[in-house]
Amino acid sequence: MKLRITGRRLRALVPALTLAGCTGWQSAIDVHGASAISLKQLIVLIMATCSVVWALVILALIFALWRRRPVRESPLALDPGAQRRMTAAVAGAVVATVIVIAALTVFSFLTTRQLSVAGGDDLTIKVRGLQWWWGVEYFDSNPELRFETANEIHIPVGRKVRLQLEGIDVIHSFWVPSLAGKQDLIPGRPNELTIRAERPGTYRGQCAEFCGLQHAHMAFFVIAEEQTAFDAWMRLQRDSAVASSDAEVTAGQQVFLSKPCAACHAIRGTTAIGRTGPDLTHVGGRKYIAAGLFENTRGSLAAWIADPQTLKPGNNMPMVPLAAEELRSVSAYLASLK
Amino acid sequence: MRGGDTTPEELDTDMERPALEAALAEIWKTPEGMWGALATVDHKIIGRRYIITAFVFLAFGGVLAILMRAQLAQPESRVLGPDRYNQIFTMHGSSMMFLFAVPVMEAMAVYLVPLMVGTRNIAFPRLNAFSYWIFLAGGVLLWTSFVLDMGPDVGWFAYVPLSGPQYGVGKRADVWAQMITFTELSALAVSVEIVVTILKQRAPGMSLDRIPLFVWSMLVTSFVVIVAMPAVMLASTSLILDRLVGTHLFNPAEGGDVLLWQHLFWFFGHPEVYIIFLPAVGMVSSITAAFARRPVFGYLAMVLALIATGILAFGLWVHHMFVTGLPRLGESFFTASSMAIAIPAGIQIFCWLATLWDGKPIFRTPLLFVIGFIVTFVIGGLTGVMVASVPFDTQVHDTYFVVAHFHYVLIGGAVFPLLGAIYYWFPKITGRMMSERLGRWAFWLIFVGFNMTFFPMHILGLQGMPRRIYTYQPDMPWHGLNLFVSMSSLILAAGFLLFFVDAIRSARRGLLSGDNPWDAPSLEWATSSPPPSFNFAYIPVVNGANPLWEQRDVVAVAGGLRTHRRELVITTVAAAEPDAREASPRNSIWPFWAALATTVMLISSIFTPWAVVWGSIPIVIALIGWFWPKGTPEDES
Repeated sequence: MKLRITGRRLRALVPALTLAGCTGWQSAIDVHGASAISLKQLIVLIMATCSVVWALVILALIFALWRRRPVRESPLALDPGAQRRMTAAVAGAVVATVIVIAALTVFSFLTTRQLSVAGGDDLTIKVRGLQWWWGVEYFDSNPELRFETANEIHIPVGRKVRLQLEGIDVIHSFWVPSLAGKQDLIPGRPNELTIRAERPGTYRGQCAEFCGLQHAHMAFFVIAEEQTAFDAWMRLQRDSAVASSDAEVTAGQQVFLSKPCAACHAIRGTTAIGRTGPDLTHVGGRKYIAAGLFENTRGSLAAWIADPQTLKPGNNMPMVPLAAEELRSVSAYLASLK
Repeated sequence: MRGGDTTPEELDTDMERPALEAALAEIWKTPEGMWGALATVDHKIIGRRYIITAFVFLAFGGVLAILMRAQLAQPESRVLGPDRYNQIFTMHGSSMMFLFAVPVMEAMAVYLVPLMVGTRNIAFPRLNAFSYWIFLAGGVLLWTSFVLDMGPDVGWFAYVPLSGPQYGVGKRADVWAQMITFTELSALAVSVEIVVTILKQRAPGMSLDRIPLFVWSMLVTSFVVIVAMPAVMLASTSLILDRLVGTHLFNPAEGGDVLLWQHLFWFFGHPEVYIIFLPAVGMVSSITAAFARRPVFGYLAMVLALIATGILAFGLWVHHMFVTGLPRLGESFFTASSMAIAIPAGIQIFCWLATLWDGKPIFRTPLLFVIGFIVTFVIGGLTGVMVASVPFDTQVHDTYFVVAHFHYVLIGGAVFPLLGAIYYWFPKITGRMMSERLGRWAFWLIFVGFNMTFFPMHILGLQGMPRRIYTYQPDMPWHGLNLFVSMSSLILAAGFLLFFVDAIRSARRGLLSGDNPWDAPSLEWATSSPPPSFNFAYIPVVNGANPLWEQRDVVAVAGGLRTHRRELVITTVAAAEPDAREASPRNSIWPFWAALATTVMLISSIFTPWAVVWGSIPIVIALIGWFWPKGTPEDES
């Protein structure tokens, strides 16, 4: 009976290990960043070793349970020869354990050393963790060239990017498994993480430290682009918002600036300078809204503004009562902010 | 026995056995009715209560787990909202850790250790009664607040600032912190009792190298509790101070430190795992010896491994903080120590395997659970080696991989042995056998259901699913496995249900077991099942590590105890040579009043700090009543 079950478990283990996490844009196994690639090598190595160890223990267990043995007079009538052999076997197994453990520890240290460390000239981005969204600030030696965005981090492929991580309210954790391991954002204790994407793509990340009601909806995206595309994006982001002359958009801007929206959100180039909520200067160009909750369309923007508390219960954006016409125009305005 | 002092009273050696048993029953009895129930200090009655209460909390926690799985079966499901879900996962973790796992292990020791060392009651029996009432009050506090929709919602390790005054609104985090005070208080009390019972009340002849391995494991566990628990009491008290009287211990804006909480919590929190695991190790040893039909191989190695685990347990806490940005060198140290603890665990596994190899295994339900333990715990231990590596951990920390890991350790490593232990010791506790047929069904349902539920979580974690999320979006590739896990959890739940049905049914209608149904070697099987209120009519004398296998026909006993008062034998720490006759306290209602007064004070202090001042007065009165000499024969000496 035991034989059959362990066989089943073994068969279950093998595909599980080989196929584990082979899909997805937020996966520690489907990796596209320098750190995540060396981490995956370590993960595979340790898992393979441990699977062998487990299999050996189970083999020993099966053997111990199924072995034919002579009847013993009394539980205390032990054979001294057998005791000596068992002592040797257990001692051997303990020595093997020590060797395996020591080897894994060394591999672990080597991987830690191998993980990339940023140099002085690397691109530096400050990431702020807030309940339940991410503020992103791009630094530049020229203060004019600094800018702010939210929930979406663009990086150039093949370059080291230094992320300065800062927890604003409670502890959050920055994790884009396809690119690197996670690092906490802790109030009062700034941290750093270096990432380097090896391939262009959109990589999803998510807060990994429980941070309250909407911990589940605190995603972000790292978009790795070729240098030229990245430079173009940077130029666009540095500019202030440009409202088109479309009548609906103009009306929407008026709604935005006259209603409470502007108290929490900033749109550079307008009088809206709030910093409680995400910077919306180029919100129309982002792929997602509400920290990865919806794809960014005019419809989802309207739905979000109309009733943020039903869509993301407990989040800090209040419902601002708007007439249907106001809702239409303000969503048109935000969608136009490419 | 020393009989130097002049005693007019009768000694047990002067009496015939029936008369002696009648006299002992009269002096040790717990009266019928309400007063008896509240005042009893019998370790068996209290231990049984403890065990049943802890299993009730297990059932409650299990229901919460099923609710969580119902919510997670589908993406963006609306079975539970975020607020309820966060309360539920916090309650699940807190109940399982603080109200089930630790207390149930302590409870098994409260019942078994005095019997296994051959004494008549636990040391400090009134403290024992007090500890049960305090534990019960803590559990009732937590669950009442949950029913009133003010259950804690900050996770079972309640990280600040989320649990602090600014972000943890209402009384939810206060309830959690105060529940910690209750359960830690009771755990500390029991640990002190266990240590003293083991060191001073062992049967004559039970020298240190003859102590049953379960008793050794409880001795080490109790020392770990005594060293670890003060850290979490300090942490939870500091949290209450921050929340109630405006200290800023954890507030970085005022010079406090949020990581201080994590250090204090995990300095307790990691040893906590071993507080749960070490007793289970002892249970595995007891069961293995009885069903492999030989003593556990490598007694000395097993004891040293237990002690090594207990010491190393305090050198690992930082591996819960590998992604908080601590210095590299420190992290490397904690990687090495976390890896190293696999060595004593390995020694124990190898010794059990050797025992099974050399023995003649009898495949009854308790042994099935031990086999299930080895298969699953080794997986949990190996994933523990994985998360001990800092770089590895940065990818799996706070994901479902870790959820899978610690359920393999806690269910595989502790609950499997515990269930085996219930099947094993049930006849001793109730005098009746549990059903072998239902037991096998329960084992296979739990074993298969457990692996189907928790193994896929490793994969979910590697696929990037963080823990503690109340939902996930449909475009994540997690829904298939989550649905599978949710369905599988029903198999696991069915297994537990069957176990409960079996236990309740067998307690009333199980086959009568006799004193020693398994032909097991340790002293608890030397008395009747269930044991009389005085445990042993004569204190047994031990000549080896397996007394009932060494003395097949009749166990040697010591005489010379007086029968007009509750009395037991005190022996020396190392050699267990008889040292003194010691009175053991009678039943008393005062521990109950003291616990009630403490409960009122602790709960009121959630609402006003002044409760600490005014609430102390009834506690003082209760303690005076507790210790006031009542003129009973026990007061002499």
